[in-house]
Formats: sequence, structure tokens, C-alpha cells
Amino acid sequence: MAIQRADIEKLCYLARIDLTEDTAADTAAGINRVLELIDQLRAADTAGIAPLAHPLEETQRLREDRVEEKVDRDALQAVAPAVESGLYLVPRVIE
Amino acid sequence: MNWETVIGLEVHLQLATRSKLFSGAATAFGAAPNTQACAIDLALPGTLPVLNRAAVEMAIRFGLAVHAEINPISVFERKNYFYPDLPKGYQTTQLARPIVGPGHLDIELTDGGSKRVRIHHAHLEEDAGKSLHEGFHGLSGIDLNRAGTPLIEIVTEPDLASAEEAVAFAKKLHAIVTALSISDGDLSQGSMRFDVNISVRRPGEPLGTRTETKNLNSFRFMERAIHKEVARQIDVLEGGGRVIQETRLYDGDTDSARAMRSKEEANDYRYFPCPDLLPLQVDAELIERLRATQPELPEARRARFVTDYGLSDYDAGQLAGDTATAHYFEAAARAAGDAKLAANWVMGEIAARLNSAELGIGQCPVSPEQLGGLLRRIVDHTLSNAIARQVFEELWRGAAADADSVIEAQGLRQVSDSGAIAAMVDAVIGANAQQVAAYRAAPEAKRPKMLGFFVGQVMKASGGKADPRQVNELVAARLAEDA
Repeated sequence: MAIQRADIEKLCYLARIDLTEDTAADTAAGINRVLELIDQLRAADTAGIAPLAHPLEETQRLREDRVEEKVDRDALQAVAPAVESGLYLVPRVIE
Repeated sequence: MNWETVIGLEVHLQLATRSKLFSGAATAFGAAPNTQACAIDLALPGTLPVLNRAAVEMAIRFGLAVHAEINPISVFERKNYFYPDLPKGYQTTQLARPIVGPGHLDIELTDGGSKRVRIHHAHLEEDAGKSLHEGFHGLSGIDLNRAGTPLIEIVTEPDLASAEEAVAFAKKLHAIVTALSISDGDLSQGSMRFDVNISVRRPGEPLGTRTETKNLNSFRFMERAIHKEVARQIDVLEGGGRVIQETRLYDGDTDSARAMRSKEEANDYRYFPCPDLLPLQVDAELIERLRATQPELPEARRARFVTDYGLSDYDAGQLAGDTATAHYFEAAARAAGDAKLAANWVMGEIAARLNSAELGIGQCPVSPEQLGGLLRRIVDHTLSNAIARQVFEELWRGAAADADSVIEAQGLRQVSDSGAIAAMVDAVIGANAQQVAAYRAAPEAKRPKMLGFFVGQVMKASGGKADPRQVNELVAARLAEDA
């Protein structure tokens, strides 16, 4: 399946990315090349092979349930454009 | 022609861990804004998640309680969307391979029957932060303390047929997760939140188009929101219209609902396995260890209350459903040495007082040991019920450490000296010649009722301290004597 211009526009909206006309065309072509690779992979016979969730053949290590992080709010908020009363301020998200 | 209602629930349950799902930041409720949001929760560059063992074990405990399969391998995925309370731009959750597979929960119906509700699956995921929209001069304020708090999302099959069934299921679920101690179950703090999928259809027809009402945080709101949405859908369909698949928001304060604007709905989440997290393996040994240490669940507790304490099934159900109440009752019963009396007081006086003071059993000013000590004095006839209530009042006010010290200090010991009671009976009979004559002239069948007058007078004369059993016997004997 080849990706269309409309798909690129939808992905851009979902990812909140603005692409210029030229870049959009390049991006579509690039994604289509990746999809061709995936189509080749699909042709391989994978019957009886368990799906791979992660390339490392390891399982998740667990941590004990302990509070170990000290939060220095002022330091963490120093990079924020706007804060007030300890809250991060952002453009209003509801009307 | 009738309509059938079809309901499925998605329940978000905050797990009672000390730290976050993927970080060592605290999860305590009510901390100052952003003081519990660490670099990992804020998604600062270079941070990586490490999974909390307690959250995994709590999810497994839940799965065992609802007779579900625990998947030996489960996988975390990224659910991608943009919202300011989601710093990473994705929620780490599980989709294709959740930790808890299909299970079921039986609910009791009002007609006395029961119904099996299938659970599709339950998965581990993280909560988002909170947005505050008022008071920031046109901006929104973001508190990320809740970001990363562990949740399990429990998804049912569409097996519920009414608001009442949905609420019964939600309450049963609440009883189970609090019994398991995997959640504080505090709905007012958002520990348990319900999304309700609702559709209606004519009997025998295929499923209708459903809507989803999100984020209901009380049983009452859930019930009202369902009634409202069912009525709305029937109106639409009977008016010749079509139900649109949409997400709706219910406002409990105004008892109204509205559809979310389509822009608010970002339903293309582009899930993919999270490369930062390896597959979660749960071995059989861990499952067996947890199974062996599962706390007693409400259903088993109810059965035990019937056999061990001789309570009726109804009373046992009342006391066993809520874990804190059950523990209170058992401690009071032990201290009183009379379980039925303790059951009556916990369901009666205690429940009524807590209710009017808007307190939970955990905040009861009278400890179960104090209540038990009081009840022991009813059992051994030191106190009548009426005087016991007075003593209870003192304990409730915090005026005394135990019932015995109130009894001593106020001289409330019940009078069971038959000589003293006989004297009071004589006085009452002497002072009420007219009533005595009427009693003696009355037919046998009417007498027991009339006896109450004399007993009441004697009890009054004794200041409530006479043993009512003895008073009854003496009054009846005395009135019979000269007849």
C-alpha cells in the first residue's frame, strides 16, 4: 500500500508538525520506501514464530515501590516559559 | 415496544502504591502542585522508565480475584496524543497484550438472583496530570503530580442491562479492590473513575450505535448519567433519528450532559510497543505466591459471618461488603462477646450516627473496642438498652475512655435488686388506681398492651436503670395478685 498525500497531512496534524509542500512530497516518498521494506518482510513465512515485542531478548526488570525521587520544583520549573503558584501555565486548552 | 439497554464499563482504578508506575516520585494525594512530578514524570530528555513491582503485583491480585487468566508475557505500548497534562505526548499503557486476560464478576440483582458480568481484560497504565482552567488570566494551569500514578483499567463486556446493574457492578468492584488493599477506593479523590458505553436496541436486534460517557466519579452520577443517556437515545430513535457514535461529558452538578467536540476527540492514537520498556514476564511462582496470600474477599467473608457468627445472610452482606466496616464489626464482636448484638449496633446506632455526621467508619469516634466494652455491659445486665445509649453518647463525645468509667462516674448501673424494683412497682400501682382498675376489668387479650403503661412508669421512676425484664415480671405478677 502506498501512502497518499492526505495520509501525510493527517499524520502531520496528529503529530503537530508543519511540513512545507516540498518536504511533504519527500516525506511521502520516504515513508513509502519504508513501507516497501515492510511488504518484503511480510512475504517471509513467520508461521510458528512468536511475535517479537522488543529486539532485546530480555524481560522487564522491576523496581521496589519506594519513594526515591526528591523533586526540586524550582529547578525543574526554571526551564518552563511560564509558571504561577507552582503550576505550569499553558495556552488554554478548553473554551 | 420495549427498548433494551446495553452497557459496558471501563473503570480506571488508581493503585495504592507509594511511588509512581515508572518513577520513584511519591503518589500521595493533595501535595502542593508539581512537588511530586520528577524528571521522569516530566519526560525530560534522557530519562527512562523503570516499572514498579508493587503495581504489577496489585494488577495480578485483581486478576486472581476476578478469576482471570494472568498473561505470562505482557507488553507496554505508547498511546499517542497531545494534551498539556501528558508531558511525554503519549500515555504508556497496554493494548494487544494486557497483564490480565478475560475474567468475570458475579453481581446480585434486586430480584435476589445473580448475574455473571464478563471482564474482557484489565491492563496497567499511567494516569495523566490535572489541568486547571480557572483563574490564570486566560491560560490553563498544569499540575503534574498525578502524572505517572499507576492505574489499572478494567474493561467489561457489554453485559450490563441497566443503570442499576452498572452501579451494582461498580460497588462490587469497589468492595473487592478495597478488600485486596490495591486501592484506597476513594471516589471523591478520583481513585476510581468510570467510562460508560451505552446503546439501546429493540429486543432481538443487533447492537445499536453506542456513545461513551467519560469520567464519572461517583455511583450516583453514574446512575443518573446512564438514565439520562438511555432516555436521550430512545428519544432520538423514536423521533426517527440516528444515534451518533460520540464521546459525552456528564456534569454531576447540573445533571446535564453534552457531546465533546470532535476536536476534543483524538481517536487515532497510533499505538506501538514502547521501546523503552521490555516485555513484562510474570512467572507461575509469583502468581502462586500471590494466590496463597490473597486477602479474604467480601463474598467469602459474608459466608463466614453467617456460619461463624450466626448472622442472617442479609446482615452478613451488610457488614461484609465494606472491608473497614467488616473489620470494625469483628473487633467489636470480639470485645462484646456477642456477635449479633455487635452486628445490630454497627448496622444501627453506629451507621446512623456516622451517616448523620457524614463520617466514614474509619473516622468513627467510638473505637470497636470501646463499643465492645459497652455491649459487654448490656450482655451482663449491668445496663439496659436505654442507658447503654446514654453511655454511648458519652463515648461518642469523647468524654470518657470506656463504658465502665462512665457507668461508675454517673452511677448508671442497672437496678436488678428485686426488692428495690418491687418497691417502685408498688408505688406506681398505688398511684394509678384508675388504670389498675381498668387493667383488671379488661379482657385477657388486651392486658399485655396495657401492661406497658405500668412498666413505662416504673422505668421512668428508676431513671431508666431498672432491668426491664424484671420490671415486666413484677408488674404482671403484682397486677394479677389482687385481681
